[in-house]
Amino acid sequence: MTAFLPLLARNRLALAGGIVLLLLVLLALVTPLLPLANPDATNTANRFQPIFSEGALLGTDHLGRDLLSRLLWGTRLSLAVGIAAAVIAATIGAAIGIVAGYYGGRTDNIIMRGVDMLMAFPYILLALAIVAALGPGLFNALIAVAAVNVPFFARNIRGITVGIANKEFVDAARLAGLSNTRIILSEILPNVIPVIVIAMSTTIGWMILETAGLSFLGLGSQPPQADLGSMLGEARSALITNPHTSIVPGVMILIIVMSINLLGDGVRDALDPRLKSGALSRPMAATRIDRKQAPPAPAGTGLLEVKALETQFHIKDRVYRAVGGVDLHVDKGECLGIIGESGSGKSVAALSIMGLVASPPGVVTGGAAYYDGNDLIGAPYSRLRDMRGRNVAYIFQDPLATLHPLYRVGDQLIEAIRAHRPIGRAEGRAKAVELLRDVRIPNPEKRITDYPHEMSGGMRQRVGIAMALANDPDIIIADEPTTALDVTVQAQVLTILDDLRRSRGLAIIFITHDFGVVAQLCDRVAVMYAGRIVEEGRTADILGAPRHPYTARLMACVPELGGGKRRLEAIPGLPPVVDRLPVGCAFAARCDRAHGDCRKGEIPLARDGGHAVRCLYPESAAREALK
Amino acid sequence: MTGYILKRLVSAIPVLIGITVIVFLIMALIPGDPATAILGSYATPENVERLNRDLGLDKPLVQQYFIWLGNMLTGDFGTSFALNRPVLDEVLERFGATLVLAGTAFVLCSILGVFAGVVSAANQYGLADKTITFVVLLGISIPSFFLGMMMILFFAVNLRWFPVSGMWPIYGDRSFGVLLSHLAMPAIALAVVATGVIARLSRSAMLEVLRQDFIRTARAKGVHERNVVWRHALRAAMVAILPVLGIQAGFVLSGAVYIEIVFQWPGVGRMLVDAILKRDILLVQGGVVFVAACYVIFNIAVDVAQSLLDPRIKT
Repeated sequence: MTAFLPLLARNRLALAGGIVLLLLVLLALVTPLLPLANPDATNTANRFQPIFSEGALLGTDHLGRDLLSRLLWGTRLSLAVGIAAAVIAATIGAAIGIVAGYYGGRTDNIIMRGVDMLMAFPYILLALAIVAALGPGLFNALIAVAAVNVPFFARNIRGITVGIANKEFVDAARLAGLSNTRIILSEILPNVIPVIVIAMSTTIGWMILETAGLSFLGLGSQPPQADLGSMLGEARSALITNPHTSIVPGVMILIIVMSINLLGDGVRDALDPRLKSGALSRPMAATRIDRKQAPPAPAGTGLLEVKALETQFHIKDRVYRAVGGVDLHVDKGECLGIIGESGSGKSVAALSIMGLVASPPGVVTGGAAYYDGNDLIGAPYSRLRDMRGRNVAYIFQDPLATLHPLYRVGDQLIEAIRAHRPIGRAEGRAKAVELLRDVRIPNPEKRITDYPHEMSGGMRQRVGIAMALANDPDIIIADEPTTALDVTVQAQVLTILDDLRRSRGLAIIFITHDFGVVAQLCDRVAVMYAGRIVEEGRTADILGAPRHPYTARLMACVPELGGGKRRLEAIPGLPPVVDRLPVGCAFAARCDRAHGDCRKGEIPLARDGGHAVRCLYPESAAREALK
Repeated sequence: MTGYILKRLVSAIPVLIGITVIVFLIMALIPGDPATAILGSYATPENVERLNRDLGLDKPLVQQYFIWLGNMLTGDFGTSFALNRPVLDEVLERFGATLVLAGTAFVLCSILGVFAGVVSAANQYGLADKTITFVVLLGISIPSFFLGMMMILFFAVNLRWFPVSGMWPIYGDRSFGVLLSHLAMPAIALAVVATGVIARLSRSAMLEVLRQDFIRTARAKGVHERNVVWRHALRAAMVAILPVLGIQAGFVLSGAVYIEIVFQWPGVGRMLVDAILKRDILLVQGGVVFVAACYVIFNIAVDVAQSLLDPRIKT
């Protein structure tokens, strides 16, 4: 609660709404004490006085009654009735909801059927029926408005209660032998009340509108007593000749409801944790680029060359350095593996190349990605879009989440082609079938009309690969494409990728945390830790003789088939949080070979032929020293 | 698909019966007896008793209910004493006018609301988003009857763009253009609140979808951002938006009562308010049951549309 108020205050509109509402409530409270004319005193000689006339600041109505006085008394009545209706509806609705949610089973079933039945009505029909039965009158209108809103509260509160009723502390109370009534009052209710209050604060405005509406129809407050709705209803016949008698109460309703809505929105936003973390913001079409320095020039080492790439996540005032200066290159027909634990920055580095890091919060803050000598980082959106899928294609990890759930896979394939060249329906279909055949999906003519949820995980991933192949790209970036698959399917998918590489001369960047996959597929491998490359070289060299202690420890975690029983060495500790990276080697805290100078300054990636390592005391050097 | 529609129609039967029970019970609560209401307070006791017998009100409540239900099933909703006309005839005629008004408003608010929501989400925190958010807030805060009155004042009285009220002119021919000029203001006034609610919900549904992985896939394929938003994201967001459209249809139908009063539209809402004030109980009962039943059927149509939209729903 202490954190909640400042959060609410930060939302200026909500604050304004709250202040206006507070003033209105205060005004309504002191209305009887103000020196106002009698709101019901008629004076037909003075009817329809305009605004700012003498003795009547807001003029008079069709019976010569003082509008200012009637407005304030009417506001008082409308606020009171609206709030009363909200409290009554919330109390009864919450009681019903708690009983249904707590007892469950048949009680729940019968109650919720009734609630659904009431919600099957357009609300006004129910309200009109109730007023028809009870007769017009403000109190009856209040009952009608409260009654039509009971189902809304009952349904909401039931949902919350069901969640709480299955929690451990409620079970504990039951085991302790407390009665149901005690449990509801002492365990359930305190947890539900905040929800009730929020639901109420968001509906009071609505209730005020509804009661004003019934009064407007002549079914609510009866003359001479007037709330804002009936003032408006009475003024309607003089709308054209004396509009101010309508405008005065109408604007007041607008101000009341608007201030309540502003406050309600503010309360809701302040309580929504997703808004706080920025998780509800919309990712832009391409990652934001904010490079402080001119990027380094290309060295001409491959088809795709990543130079000193830096990508950060800016969340509130924290900066997470997901990728902290990464150099990579891959050439035609070559497969580069990037390996590392979750959170090492390997996916972010790969997504940065084509501007696919979600932004906000992602920002590329430095470096370059040269495709055929041209920098992709900072390329205009139109060029980036044109190259996505056509030159550089991606395959993602979980194909159920990465394929559109509501389009047939064939249509998604055809769309991938159509994004880059215009083709007709029939030709597109033929091409889609051919693509599915290329990735060895049996019976492709039939499968193109499947939806993703109708396929198995392995089949879906093949569709993902087919989609990446749709425009014959030069480079495929595969982000853990086999992680979600079981081992046999994984082997099939890897074979498909390897064949395609050989037959089409594809360059592949393969991101994984699996050394087995790297050994099977990759020519070269880069090991990433805390957003940087710690070791890089030919696969055989690295797997045969890892030099960075991290690589060695990572490989020691892999169980070997038929290798007999041995102790699997888990790496102690956790990777560092990338918004507070230590000085020097990021692995030093978990490394048993770390010396004092490891924690002192920047450690360069030292290259020795084809093998590079970022370590002051590499493994094999030590081993050689031992020999 | 036909099987699914049938299944949904069958499942609506208990809801429809429930509606008649609720309406009947509420009406049974009425203090005093309807015969007195019909004959006035000066009626002789003999006359009241005879009318009660004629109306079947001397029978037990359960029996009364089944007689009423049975009659309705054969299309006999009773006779309105105030209008001296069969209830069903009156309701059908009035409901036609309401359908024109509420239907137009519903189409308006669905299209405008979703459009505004998508534009707002696609430009999150941008100028368009802020403008739409503010206008929407204004729209959901203004009472529709007050908005209607202000529109009459401004567009009909001052600018003389539209007729002040009614569905047809008292004299002159009934052409489509004439209807349209009468329809424009009430339909817009009725649509405003629902447009605001739909726009808000569409915005948050779109923001939810735009963060999904399959949106990134579409971008990685090289799909143009315009299509990413309007095809990929909107299609997926519609799954969340469509049920809201169904609920808002109920609110449009409800709001029509006020708008019909303000614009003198000869619809079923105005009929119900008149009937309540005259205590014409059979007309109220028949009107409420008929409109509620239509709304239930409409919601089944929404469910069917939902299953067409989302192949993951088992039909």
